[in-house]
Amino acid sequence: MKTEIIAAGFGGQGVLSMGKILAYSGLMDNMEVTWMPSYGPEQRGGTANVTVILSDEKISSPVLDTYDIVIALNQQSLDKFGPRVKKGGILIYDTNGIHKHPERGDINVYPINAMDAALELGNSKAYNMVVMGALLEAMEYKIPMENVVKGLKKSLPERHHKLIPVNQQAIEKGRTLLKKN
Amino acid sequence: MKGNEAIAHAAIRYGCDGYFGYPITPQSEVLETLEALMPWDTTGMVVVQAESEVAAINMVYGGAATGKAVMTSSSSPGVSLKQEGISYIAASSLPALILNVMRGGPGLGTIQPSQADYFQAVKGGGHGDYHLIVLAPSSVQEMADFVGLGFDLAFKYRNPSMILADGIVGQMMEKVVLPEQRARRTDEEIREQCPWAATGREGRRKRNVVTSLELESDKMEIINHQLQAKYREIEANETRWEEIDTKDADYLIISFGSVARISTKAKELAEEDGLKVGIIRPITLWPFPTEAIRKAAEGKKGILVVELNAGQMIEDVRLAVHDSLPVKHFGRMGGIIPSPSEIVSALKEKLIEQA
Repeated sequence: MKTEIIAAGFGGQGVLSMGKILAYSGLMDNMEVTWMPSYGPEQRGGTANVTVILSDEKISSPVLDTYDIVIALNQQSLDKFGPRVKKGGILIYDTNGIHKHPERGDINVYPINAMDAALELGNSKAYNMVVMGALLEAMEYKIPMENVVKGLKKSLPERHHKLIPVNQQAIEKGRTLLKKN
Repeated sequence: MKGNEAIAHAAIRYGCDGYFGYPITPQSEVLETLEALMPWDTTGMVVVQAESEVAAINMVYGGAATGKAVMTSSSSPGVSLKQEGISYIAASSLPALILNVMRGGPGLGTIQPSQADYFQAVKGGGHGDYHLIVLAPSSVQEMADFVGLGFDLAFKYRNPSMILADGIVGQMMEKVVLPEQRARRTDEEIREQCPWAATGREGRRKRNVVTSLELESDKMEIINHQLQAKYREIEANETRWEEIDTKDADYLIISFGSVARISTKAKELAEEDGLKVGIIRPITLWPFPTEAIRKAAEGKKGILVVELNAGQMIEDVRLAVHDSLPVKHFGRMGGIIPSPSEIVSALKEKLIEQA
């Protein structure tokens, strides 16, 4: 069982850290994992993407042509990676600022509005965890929540561990977004 | 953890005595992780952010002369600055570990992954007839493992080792099993294991002199012969490589470092199209697995060498097979990483359609 995922958006939206938490969650579930960032000179504002592969076997290439799941958080990322979802795969995208929606009929498309959901929780910084909730819900491979929490603990510095309940809440909220569609 | 972080953890666990470096993307996490772990409080390992790359490599030269396990790390432009010092360390027959996490060049170039320093690492880099033992990791696990291997080989042969990594393995995060913590060697152990080291003789023996200077040509030639004899011994004993399905293949893809993993995925894609492809991944770039490639190439239809450069390792592959079959190159440059399907297209175009 292998799941090949790419998450792409603006720098600062938290795609890299979401990928990291996902990778650690998989690691805590005894999977082989690879986390490969597109690291540019930009920290904020530019585009950022991260490839995460979760597998029960040794992983070959960290660089891929097509993906089981694409998460696109802006128009540019949707245009670039939407066509690269494998047939029967999953595309999750944030509808904020999207004027050209995907039209593929051979994949499962899930539009979400993660920022509104994060604001409903009163924490816009939990945006990426809302997105991750939707991702966890969409994935065929189910990571038990206790391992996701372990993943959060592992990837957040200790001084931020008090924020884990907020992040958990955001993940649960994200799961419900996907169910609605 | 990231490949760069694995290097830092593995260095402390090896019992490394000192790290001397200067930050540069994409390997700054090595120094950052060491500073965060503060090994001077635990193992006593020294970590210094030097004033420049040149200062750092000369600190390594000094530390190595005293028999300590010392290392430095940098990325392409920084490693160019270190070349004089590396030549001196090699000429003085000293053990040391140098990490190069390559970025796109030439010049200051980009900060994205590259393998364009193959010639520099394998063919000399600095002046004079010398070789580094060059290890090319393709995973975060190998980043951790090659610290110990690099130091062990460096001490076994009194020769600097280089880990030639690329930005992908440096920045990528994977599962890694770290080595057990070893104690740093005591001064007595160093005196016993490194009788050549400048450890302070205190009247016990003749003076040890560590130098790369010998003004008498006759003696300098003898030193060169000794170095060459050592290099032949390393070639005979330390060549390492990995092969996947080479026996029944029609075509071979040869690549090193992280590119070898992209090639492995390309092999899977090519098989879906009915092509039989084998993979060879040189693990030591010097000594190069010449014999292994020569043997594996027998009866094959062609070889594709895939690198993040304009064609460097391909020269060593050609030397290995003496142009007995078509050897073609596919490379991306400047920090661009090829995808698996690009490699399959290159294989079809260069070895099948043009054949």
